[in-house]
This record gives sequence, structure tokens and C-alpha cells, in this order.
Amino acid sequence: MTEVGTARKRKEDGRLITGRTQWTDNLQLPGMLHVAFLRSPMAHARISRVDVSGALGRPGVIAAFSGQDFAAEQGSLPCAWPVTEDIVIPDHPPMAFEEVRYVGEAVACVIATDRYKAADALEAIEIDYEPLEPVLDMEEALTDASPKVHAAGNKSFTWKFAQGDIDAAFADAPVVIDRTYIQQRLIPTAMEPRAVVAQTDGDMFTLHSATQIPHVLRVMLAVVTGIPEHKLRVIAPDVGGGFGSKLQVTAEEVLALLIARRLGKPVKWTESRSEGNLTVHHGRDQIQHIQLAATQDGVIKGLKVDLLADMGAYLMLVTPGIPLLGAFMYNGIYKMDALDFTCTGVFTTKMPTDAYRGAGRPEATYAIERAMDELAVEIGIDPLEARRRNWIRHEEFPYTTIAGLTYDSGNYEAATDKALALFGYDKLRVEQADRRERNDAVQLGIGISTYTEMCGLAPSRVLGSLRYGAGGWEHAQVRLLPTGKAEVITGTSPHGQGHETAWSQIAADALGVPFEDVTVIHGDTMTAPKGMDTYGSRSLVVGGVAVRKASERLVDKARQLAAHMMECSPDDLDFANGAFTVKGTETAKTIQEVAFAGFASHNLPDGAEYDLDASATIDPENFSYPHGTHLCAVEVDTETGFVKIRSYVAVDDVGHVINPLIVEGQVHGGIAQGIAQALYEEAVYDAEGNLLTTTMADYLLPSAADLPDFVTDRTETPATSNPLGVKGVGEAGTIASTPAVVNAIVDALRPRGVRDVQMPCTPERVWRALQ
Amino acid sequence: MIPASFDYIRPVSIDEAAHVLGNAGDEAKVLAGGQSLLPLLRLRLAYPTTLVDVGRLEELRGIRDEGDHLFIGAMTTHDEVMRAGAIREHAPLLALAAATVADPAVRHRGTFGGSLAHGDPAGDLPAVARALDAQFVIRSMEGERSVGAADFFVDYLETALGPGDLLVGVRVPKLGQGWGFHYEKFRRTAQAWAIVAVAAAVRRDNGVIQEARVGLTNMGTTPVRATAVENAVRGAAVDNGGLREAANEADDGTEPPSDLHAKPDYRRHLARVLTFRALTLATPTPPPA
Repeated sequence: MTEVGTARKRKEDGRLITGRTQWTDNLQLPGMLHVAFLRSPMAHARISRVDVSGALGRPGVIAAFSGQDFAAEQGSLPCAWPVTEDIVIPDHPPMAFEEVRYVGEAVACVIATDRYKAADALEAIEIDYEPLEPVLDMEEALTDASPKVHAAGNKSFTWKFAQGDIDAAFADAPVVIDRTYIQQRLIPTAMEPRAVVAQTDGDMFTLHSATQIPHVLRVMLAVVTGIPEHKLRVIAPDVGGGFGSKLQVTAEEVLALLIARRLGKPVKWTESRSEGNLTVHHGRDQIQHIQLAATQDGVIKGLKVDLLADMGAYLMLVTPGIPLLGAFMYNGIYKMDALDFTCTGVFTTKMPTDAYRGAGRPEATYAIERAMDELAVEIGIDPLEARRRNWIRHEEFPYTTIAGLTYDSGNYEAATDKALALFGYDKLRVEQADRRERNDAVQLGIGISTYTEMCGLAPSRVLGSLRYGAGGWEHAQVRLLPTGKAEVITGTSPHGQGHETAWSQIAADALGVPFEDVTVIHGDTMTAPKGMDTYGSRSLVVGGVAVRKASERLVDKARQLAAHMMECSPDDLDFANGAFTVKGTETAKTIQEVAFAGFASHNLPDGAEYDLDASATIDPENFSYPHGTHLCAVEVDTETGFVKIRSYVAVDDVGHVINPLIVEGQVHGGIAQGIAQALYEEAVYDAEGNLLTTTMADYLLPSAADLPDFVTDRTETPATSNPLGVKGVGEAGTIASTPAVVNAIVDALRPRGVRDVQMPCTPERVWRALQ
Repeated sequence: MIPASFDYIRPVSIDEAAHVLGNAGDEAKVLAGGQSLLPLLRLRLAYPTTLVDVGRLEELRGIRDEGDHLFIGAMTTHDEVMRAGAIREHAPLLALAAATVADPAVRHRGTFGGSLAHGDPAGDLPAVARALDAQFVIRSMEGERSVGAADFFVDYLETALGPGDLLVGVRVPKLGQGWGFHYEKFRRTAQAWAIVAVAAAVRRDNGVIQEARVGLTNMGTTPVRATAVENAVRGAAVDNGGLREAANEADDGTEPPSDLHAKPDYRRHLARVLTFRALTLATPTPPPA
């Protein structure tokens, strides 16, 4: 039996669930001080005066600073993805000192002996603002009359991508679907708020942060603060969720380091939930204009996409690149002759946007999957049939899409057939017809989403061609200890994904040691120095593959020693179940025996070194393309507008599965998060630019009580682009589920003249659509 | 939670609590289960100088049958209210509403009296208290007094409780035979506040509605009685559309709030739809002939 494929319970969960672990906020250091930030109550204003002196006299206060105090040393928060030559990247001071551009921007801080005293003293800081006009609407922002967020204007960039002859595709096209969809602004809500502890010991700095990206963060903080990279250690201890929101270099991380440097004391900052809603980078917020040209038979000829993407007030780490990650996905699983994509990044006086689970791909998938339903309606066929007429057939793989990506493997027919059987599609259509016939107050709708996505970010050369600042490789080291136990050092940085378990399974199989004998070390640039961290469903398909390759290299080294021990050629050894056996004999050495022999080094080959460590760095040859078919049935109460999800079936193809329980967890969480966009979540700013959704009473998240039992299953079409045959699963559920839900709602209400409901499809919005 | 600083007192008797509150000034707040007060402290929307924690006052806990009414101690939790046999027997509307409050964790900490004293028209229990004509028993250094539900809820988050007052408990009249009950709550997620909710008690006899009590949640700055509905439904036959007609009066005289979840016109519409549903579900089915 192999470990890979086994539904192992996660080895990290004991400590995570019981709280017996090291969250950043748990950290207590001698003499540690606490930071509280004063944040702008204005969406847009010039700062004319800041006086922090009132705070200095308050109990427990050690220091108080304004943005001016850091102006000379704080640098600019980095944007690592300048998507065009002429992109406008404004200065982004970690603490504002001249102008504030969104509500929540840090303008001053207090450092005190405890968190309560720091927060109390904020009230004694005086700031005068000269109000400027807020900029809140993307379309208005691009007009000449609009007030400007930055002197250079409100347009950051326009990025274009064209393939095929789009004019030919649209010329005389008998069917053109032309729609505009709004991707509302979302607030990533990780269970663990952001937290930072910065300390200094002479010229050495250590930063603990609830981050997804300790390695990237170290590089970026070194550049921003001037602290030399080799004098800066970044630790991501156990981290309670990120969903992209902790893929960031934050103002608070920079400022904590600067404060620690200035005071010579360790400092801690932990955000409150409301502070987080204001200042965790937001997600989505796009206006999508999509035009799809097709034949009278529903065969797609071409697709035009024109996007406005709200950058917010500044460009953060990968802000402008997020819509690009969707650019190649608008064609979805479908064949077509031409694709034309334009995206304009727009500045507004709101919190900057950046990566949020799926990052560009949920938006693209939503638009194409909504448009496919419209195409089906337009030509009068079942929405499934519209998809069948256009999707890539399984025998056509590998298939190079109009966007230029080569999908290595997939079987859309198999996943769809399985989903239909589990869902009872035909029976539900009969019930739908019956309810329509009876004019029942509760109408039934069926939504389909046949998605794929590009993840496993990413081939470094592709990232380079897109002007992204870093590579997409991942590193692993595997060490065989004297007693035969193994340590896996990974450059991935789990924050809920279960890497300790999955990497142990991969290493255990490759090394032939028990699952329990593997420890996975991660998230500390001192102990795991090389890595590219965790985001974009990359960890398994890049980092997991690196663990496998490093393990194999280690076995090769052990084989040399085993051959020497048994006085044979390495080629004469079979390796299975953790033992080297001389072919055709019973003579064998276990890997544990070899490990100890290496440690003792009494009998090494001449000139050999004790070397039972091995490393691997994997740069993926392609993206990973998970796919699947999600089907959703909703009941819409037409009297109140309330939408109830009655059933949800997801059949996903993530290739070979390392741990079915982890895959199941990712799919469940992903579906829930996608449903949340469809039905519940929306960041709302008022006409003055104040965020209205600062608590969970206003920013609604679903709980288990609001969600149906998900029926999940899989097809397993192995990826051919990596030796494990695996595909990413971290974002798939989120990407798939949002259009499935909204398609179902619109399907329920279409006979009553509804052809769109803007997300989130709140009861009020659904009710108004019916009026 | 990072609240502003405050003094904290935990009295051991009602007399002591009344004494403490009477001397603590205007900015003292009573801390019961914390369901509403802690969020206010967390958001620094409230700056009490003193918190008077009544969590140790066993005298405030529990439900007593006092003949023609029940007495429910202010510190009785929602969970206790929804499970108590006496309430299920004599005032089941309270149990039905309490069961919809937030989530199980909140229902085990949050208290009956605390919810009412908070005076939030979006809370579930105020509308029920209005529908059932509950009497609020209040202690202060001056002694004990009783205030009817119609006078208890004064404005948004404002009740007849003044500084120095402690809500001791609530008397809920028993309605007697022939009544049916329903609490129809409309919310976006299971744990969310009601956008609108309707508390209905209906007495039926011979296929005709004899009497109804209807309380509305979140349809104004206080919980309100839908008196127009109550008048219209009296004498209505159960099965001839009379309920729907009566329910269409539900928003009469209301001034529903506007917020992220609903504009006033939608709330008015919901009040009508939900009142019809609540009346229908509250109306007792006649025993088989």
C-alpha cells in the first residue's frame, strides 16, 4: 500500500485545532511593545497637520509617530508586476504623510506597553485634513472631469491581448451575445487576522508575520527598508488562512520593522477584524464587458472582453497582474477562432485590490459560463448542449487554446456525465417545468459551470514574458537523519493547506519510510531558506513535485552507500518498501541501516562524504489545468427573493490525488467561498468613500448552516506535465461555483423576464429583479 | 477585544446591584451575557465608565409559574428559554423566537433580559414581548416598578430603563386555550439579524379567527404591534383569503429602517408577505371532527 492516495488525517491538525501552536499573536518577547495605528477617516484628503504629542503623555505610551517621522526611511510598498511598459505605479508610502487616498490608510501610530493603552492613546493624536474629492466609480474616474487619485491620473495601464482574427469572427456572426457583468469587491476573511512581531538584536532583524510568503517578503522588505537580506529573517509560524490576502508586503510589516529599528525593542501589531476589513487588500472589483460571436448552431467563433479593473488607491504586490491571470481563461474549455482582451487598471480612493482565491480566473470563468447560458437561450438549446458543441473533446488533448495555453490533459465529457448522474439533471428539469406550469411561488433553477483554470504558478519564463518580477520555481530538501527518520524542508508556506501531511506522504513513499517518520519544516527563511511560497494552487504541482524529486535523489545517494555496504554495484540493487535488496538474493539493507551507516561513516567508499541530504528545485514546464463540472439547483422564493441552494454536485478532475481528505476539504471550502460571492459577500463604500461593511454583521459570510450538503466526486485524468500527475485544487471550487449558482438563479427566473441578477444575489436584489 | 478602560463591579445581590447602579452615574452599563454590549465595547461605540456584571445574581435566573403569568428572570439564557417546559406550555412564542437568536454559542451566553434591555428593534424578543403584552419588572434604589411592553420600548436602543435601573425580569401573561403561535424570521444567513420578522399569536374558533396578536421585528425604531392587522383579521374566516387581506395591512403606520440588507419599500413588502405566512402557520388546526 502506498501513502499517496491514502485519506490520512492531517498531522498538523491536532495542534491547530487545540490551539497548542505558535500563532504570531501568541508570541511574547521580553520587553515587547505594542503598536496601534491611527487610520484615515477620509477617503481623500491632504494632511495639513499631525500632532502626536498628546499621545505621548498618555499612560504606558513609549512613542508616537506620524508619517513624516518615517518619510525619509519608509520607502514605497512594492509592486512586483508592472504589466506594461508605460504603467503608472504611484509612490505608496507605508504611512501616509502628504495625502490620504482611502479610508483606513495609516497616518500615525502609538507604541505602548500594552495593546489597550496604545489604542486609547490614538484618541489623543490631532490631525487636520483638507478634504479632496473621493474617486469611487471606475467609469467616472476615466473621464476628464474626474478628480484625480494621483497626479498622473486615474488610469494605471491598459493591457491588450489579441489572438486570431477577431473582426472575421464577428463579421456577419448570426449570434452575438453582449453582456456586462459586475464582479463586486470582496474582502478576504481569513480566520486568523494579520499579525506582525518585529524584533532586532544588534544588526539582525527577525520578523514574524501571519503571511503566505515569508521568502518573497524577505526579499521585498530588504529592498524597501534597506535592511540587508542576510540580516533579515522572516518567519511565518502557523498561519490561519490567507486566501491570497496574506500574499502581500504590507504597510504594517514595513512599519513594524522600522519601529523596532528605531526603538531597539520588539514590537507587535495584531489587527482587529474591523481594521482588517478596512485594510486587508480587497479582491475582485471588475466591470466585465463580454461579447461572444457564434453561429446559428451555437458554435463559438470569437470572444471580445473589455475589462475595467479597480486597482484601489495604489498598486500593491501583484495588483495589476490579477486581471491578467484571467486573460487566458475567458475562453474556458471552449474552442474558438479569435480572442480579444483589453483590461484597463483604474485608480480609485478605495483600499487597493490584489489576489483573492482564484485571482482573475473566477472573474473570467464567471463571465464565460454566464455567457454560455445566454448563448444557449439565444439559440434555444439546453445549456449543456451549448457547452458540448464547443468544448475540447477528450481525444483532442493536448490542446493549444486560442489564448495560447496548452492544456495537457482533461476529459470534460467524463466529468460532466458523472455530475449529471449524481445530480439527477433530467428529473430536476421535469420538476422545474412543473413548477413553472403551476406558477409556483417557489421556482426551481439549474445552474451549470463547466470550468477549467490555469494554476500551479508558474513556468518562470512565462512569468517573465508577462513582466512579473519573480520566478515560479519551488525548492525542497530532504534529509535522512541517523536513526532513519526524515526531514523535508519545503519552500512552500502552508497556511491551512496541510502540506505537512501531503509532503510526508510523498516523501514516505519515495524514501520507503513510515509516514510518521517524516517531519516537514517550513515557513522560516533561516531553516527553509529557499522558496517561492504558497499561492495560486502551486504548492503541490511545483513544491510537491520538488519533494518527490529530492527524495528520489536522496534514495540514489543511499543506493551508492548501500551498494558499498553489500559489496555490489548500485545497479544490482532493487529498492522497495524502504530496503535495498541485491537482485535475486535475500541480502538487503534497510534505508534506516544505510542512514546510520552513513552517520557512523566507518565504512564509506574511498573519497566519499557522508551526504544523505538531497535537494531539488522544480520549475514547472506548464501550468496545471484542473477542470470539472459543477451543477447547482436553487429554489427561489419569488415572494421574498430568498435563494436556497437545494443541491450542489461537484465533479472535479485534479489528476492524481495525494490525499483525498485534503482534496475534499479544499473543494468544500472552495465551493463555499464561491457561493459566498454569488449570494452574500460585498464590500460597500458610501458616496463619501467610507467602507460600510466593517463588521461581520454587514459583511455577510455564510456558515455551514446556510450551505447544502455538497455532493462531490472526481474523475482522474492525470496531468502529463509533472511526474506526480497532479493538478492544483486550492482554487478550483471557488472558480467553479460562483457561476453555477448565479446561472441557477437566472434559470429559475428567466420565464419571468429576468436575465441577470447582480452579485451578490441578495433577497432584495432578486426581488427587485422580479418587479 | 480592545475596549476603552472601565471599572468593573460584580455585585452578589439584587440589592447590591441596585445600590451600585444608583451610585455609578449615567455612564454605568449592566453587563449580562455580553451579546450586545461586548460588540459595542469592541467597536468603541460605547464608553461606559463602569460595567456592573450581574452574571453572579442567581436571583435573576430562572422561570417561575406565578398563576396567570410566567415570571422569567432577566438572566435566563436564550437556550433556557427555548427549552423550558413552562414556556413551551404557556408562552411558546417566546421559545420559537429564542430558538432563532444568532447561534448556539450566543444562545448559551446571551440572556432574555439583556436582549430586551438593549432595546434593539432588530432583536427577536422585543417584538414577541410586545405581542404578548409582557410586563417589565425594574429595580432601582427607589424600589421596584413595573412597565408594560408598549411603554418599555421608547426609541432605537432606548427603553424605559434609566441610569440606576436594573431589569429584574419579565412577566408574561398566559394566553390560555385555543391559541397557536409562529415566529417568522427573514434573514440572509442563519446567524444574521432579522431583516424583518413577525411574531404571531392567533386564537381560532369555528373556522374563524377570534383574536390575533402580531408583533413586528425591525420595522421601526422600536418593536411594533401590527394593530391594523390585528383588527382586520378579527372575525376573518381562515380559508377565504381573509388572512392575506389582513396581512396586507402589516406595514401600516410603520417606518422601516434602510440599511445594506434592505430598503424600506422592500421591508414593507416583506412585512406583508411574512405576516401572511406567520398568521397562516400560527392559526391552530381544528381538532378532527
